[in-house]
Parts: sequence; structure tokens; C-alpha cells
Amino acid sequence: MSAIATLPTEMVRHDHVASRNAEQIALKVENLEAQYGRGCSACHELTGPEHSTNVCGQCGTVIACADVSFAVRAGRTLGIVGESGSGKTTVLRCLYGDLNPAGGTASLMTYEDGRANLFTASAQVRRRVRNFDMGMVYQHARDGLNLRISAGGNVAERLLAAEWRRVDQIRARAGHLLERMEIPRSRMDTPPSAFSGGMQQRVQIARALANGPAVVLLDEMTSGLDVSVQAGVLDLVLELQRTEGVAMVVVSHDLGVIRLLCERTMVMKNGRVVESGLTDQILEDPRHPYTQLLVSSVNA
Amino acid sequence: MNEAVVSEMPHDASRTQSGTHSGYSYAFLDELTKKSVRRAILKAVAVPGYQVPFGSTELPIARGWGTGGLQVTLSLIGPGDVLKVIDQGSDDSVNAVNIRQLVELTAPGVDTTAATEEATIIQTRHRIPEAPLHADQIMVFQVPLPEPLRVVERRESETRRMHAEADYGRIWVALYEDVVQHGRITRSAGYPVVVNGRHVMTPSPIPKWDVPRLHQAPFLSLFGAGREKRIYAVPPLTDVVPLAFDDYPFAIEDFDGAHCARCGSDDTFLVEVPQPDGSSVMSCSDESWCEARRTERGQS
Repeated sequence: MSAIATLPTEMVRHDHVASRNAEQIALKVENLEAQYGRGCSACHELTGPEHSTNVCGQCGTVIACADVSFAVRAGRTLGIVGESGSGKTTVLRCLYGDLNPAGGTASLMTYEDGRANLFTASAQVRRRVRNFDMGMVYQHARDGLNLRISAGGNVAERLLAAEWRRVDQIRARAGHLLERMEIPRSRMDTPPSAFSGGMQQRVQIARALANGPAVVLLDEMTSGLDVSVQAGVLDLVLELQRTEGVAMVVVSHDLGVIRLLCERTMVMKNGRVVESGLTDQILEDPRHPYTQLLVSSVNA
Repeated sequence: MNEAVVSEMPHDASRTQSGTHSGYSYAFLDELTKKSVRRAILKAVAVPGYQVPFGSTELPIARGWGTGGLQVTLSLIGPGDVLKVIDQGSDDSVNAVNIRQLVELTAPGVDTTAATEEATIIQTRHRIPEAPLHADQIMVFQVPLPEPLRVVERRESETRRMHAEADYGRIWVALYEDVVQHGRITRSAGYPVVVNGRHVMTPSPIPKWDVPRLHQAPFLSLFGAGREKRIYAVPPLTDVVPLAFDDYPFAIEDFDGAHCARCGSDDTFLVEVPQPDGSSVMSCSDESWCEARRTERGQS
């Protein structure tokens, strides 16, 4: 939309990044599992879509997600769809280090050349990887932003965590990113508590992208925003996809968002992946009954 | 000095009886308490800048009046030691005199002094003496608030996690916001420093003037916070680097050419002393240093 048209030309200089890394796997996840509760030997058997629950009938443990495997190439986007409580956000929280997974492996192209499991790294190493190579946009801006410090400060925090140590460079980068998110430089030193929900969400995106991460995780970034703001945010993300060469994982229950942003999509239900493949294929020819229901509810 | 002192520490009551106040252990604290404090000190020295929790005990002075420093001093001190106690550079304040008298009463064989070069242990509230210190002297700092991250995070559990993961983005943002709002870093006393390239530490509320003197210092610095129950340390010859930006570097106080009204020094930390007529003059904060300079001048 208009967002792309108004972007200054200097910002398209990152184009080479996308082509250079296009075929490299940026993020690979295998058999990710997360649970709330002690767990028992029957947990896996008694949960999942075939039981229509993720609560173990024997011990009451919630298997938030299990057997989740996927890979995302640089410059590509994976969508995760599913009903509320299907484990979408849990997957992102595990990857970003907000939650400790019960099992599985995750490897990041930028961490030990993708040979090491991020989940077994020390907390200090994980924090460093998160600060230098990852970005996250939370569903609620208050989770991802410090609403009391300035918008510029929120972006700067990521740069400072990645060891930027010059105020002029930090301000130039933060101002540039915020402008790109259509937040004028004059509002850079205003705290996001004074912003609208859509603006806060755009500050979050600027923050997530601040230090040129290899992987950006986006959790329901457009829910709760009005349709025109949604369109603006989505345009920006599309633009970034093309120019920054970032691998993205987009969680949404809005199939329109998924169709627009993601080449590949994964459908989750009761903590398990029930179907995955090319987005078009899944939306046009859904195989799993749940996906069929999901698609038909939207089309109806 | 210290090895000898530690091994000489009495475990029987004989030493106590020779003390001026019978019924108290040597140096007031009982042997097990001193042992636990020494253990915390050893750990603090082993992990420079890390705040070691310890069981701060009751003392005849109230918490918040130097009990952390006092426990460190009492645990280290032994016959042959010479103690200097200063309060904001003054040897004669009520607090300094009381602490010195407690040690005199309960630790026979310990001398007290106001002369910096004679002291083996210097307990201080918020200053480092101007006179150069040497390798066999120990600085003991009284610390009101040991947590440098408290300004950005209220929860202790969270600040401890931040230290563990070296997650220092937020304290840097506080400095960034300071520069944005005021054009400079306004923090003066208790300026945050990075110790040994790892832990962010508050050097207790010493003025910025004294901070560079901790860097690669020949002496051992021990910090005791009695109310907050923390001990931390800067071993000799350790890097102590103030947090600052490349384009907004750390700077000590500038007295704009002012000099001490009593001794004429223009190379010491000066404080403003109000005069009876309502005016004020600048004077050395370190009174023992000022005194020595005046004597020197009188002789020459």
C-alpha cells in the first residue's frame, strides 16, 4: 500500500541480503515440546488432536506443544495458525527464551553455524543470541515495550544490548527505523504510553528489527488493530521481508494475514502440528478436518 | 597480613578475657559469624563485582549506618592492624568515631589512626582517601544500596537474573535516556561500573572523582551492605570501567579551577562549606589529607 510507495530509496539498499542468504536455513526446530506441570508417561498418548485436548487425563499436565518441527530459510516466512490454546504462542516463547522447553532442539544459522542446540546453551549464551540475532513482536505491546521510556529508548535498548556504544549512531538508527514505521522523528522521545495501539505495535516492530536480527518472531501483531492500521503494519512487514532478508515466524489466527505474508504454513491443534505445507495448498485444499473447518469458517 | 590474621583468630575464650570488655568475642562478632562473613568475602573476591548474599547480623549500631562495612572490618581485623574510619572524608564525624571506638573497645592490639598511609584497613563511607594507597591496604566501603540495576528493575529475582545473564541493556537505556533528556549523563555518586568485563556494579556512593581510582588499583576493595545483606569486592589489579558512551565519555567532577580555602589544593575532591556570614568556601573533602598539606606547608 502507501507505505511501500513512500519509503525513501536509500532503504532498499539491503536487497542483496535477501538474495545472498536466500537458500540458507536460518532457523531449524525439531521435536519442540513444552509443558505446564510435572508430566507422566501417559501424557503424550492422552493428549493431541485425536483426544481433542492438550491436558493429560492421568496427571493433569498441560502439553502446550509437542513434536513441533519446522525450518525457515533466510528471507522466508512461516505462518503458524490454529485456534486459541493450540500452542502457537508457546512455540514462539520457547524460541525467544521466555519459556524453557521440556525437550527438542533449535538451531540458528548465526549461532555456531547452526550446529548447536540453542535450548541446551547456558542462559547467558541464550540471552546473547536473543540480543544479537533475534527479534520478537508480542501480541500485547506492553509485553514487548517499556511504556515509560521513550519510543527511541525502546529501540535503543536492543542496540545497546547488542553493544552499540555511540549515542549519535543509536539515535540515527532508531530514528531511521521509527520513520520507516511511519513514526515521525519528532515523536521519537515520547514514551509509547502516549501512542495509539497501532503506533505501539509499529514501535515493537522497529525494536524487533533494530540490530538486524536473523530471525524475527511475530505473535498476533495485527490483532486488536483497526483494519486500515492492520494493512499498514502488514505492508511494512512485507517490505522488510523483501529488503532485510530476515527469516520470520508469524503466528496468527487470521488466515488473511497468513495468506499475505507466508509462503509456508503450519496448522496447530491441541499442541500438535496437524498439517503443514505451502500456504496456498493448505488454504485451497485442506486435508485435516480441523484445517477444513478453519478454512470453511473463514470462507463462509 | 590477612593470612596471618585469619589463622590467629582465637576459637577459645582466652583472647576474649584479655579484651577490655569481657563477655564479648574478639572484635565483637562471634567466631562463626566472622567465619561466614570471611567466606562471603572470599567468594566476592573470586567473582569480582558479584554481590554475595550473607547473613548480616545485629550490631550495636543500626542497619543503614555502616553495618555492612563494619562486619567486613570486624571479620578481617586482628592484632597488629591499624584502622582508619572515614565518613565523607572526615575522621571525626559521629559515625566514624563510634565505629572506631567499638573496634578499640573490643579488639585489643588494633591501633586506630587518621593518617591514611599508616592504616592497614580503611573503612569508608563514600570516599577514597586522596593519598595514594598501596598493595597491603584494604578499603572497606559502606554500601547503602548495592544493586546498580535497582533504578531500572524493582524485583530482586529479576535483577539477579539480569546479572546472571549479563543482560544489561536496560541500565544502558537509562543512561541513553539521560543523555537524550539532559545532553549528558547526570549520574554523579554511585556511578555504575563494569568490573572485570563482566558484572555491572555500584562502587557505593563515592563521587565520580574516586571511580577511576578503583581501576587496576593496587589495593583490595571490599563492599559491605548490612541492611541489604550483600558483600562484593574488587580485587587488586582488576579492570573497573565506568558505563559511558563513546561520544559521551565518563568525566570526573570539574571544580572549574577552584581550590581548597584551607590548604590551597586544586587537585582534590572539594566540597562546599557554608560560612557563618551566609557565603561559602570550597574545601578538601578528605580532611586528613588537607591537614597533612597544611602541616607540610607550615614547615616549609
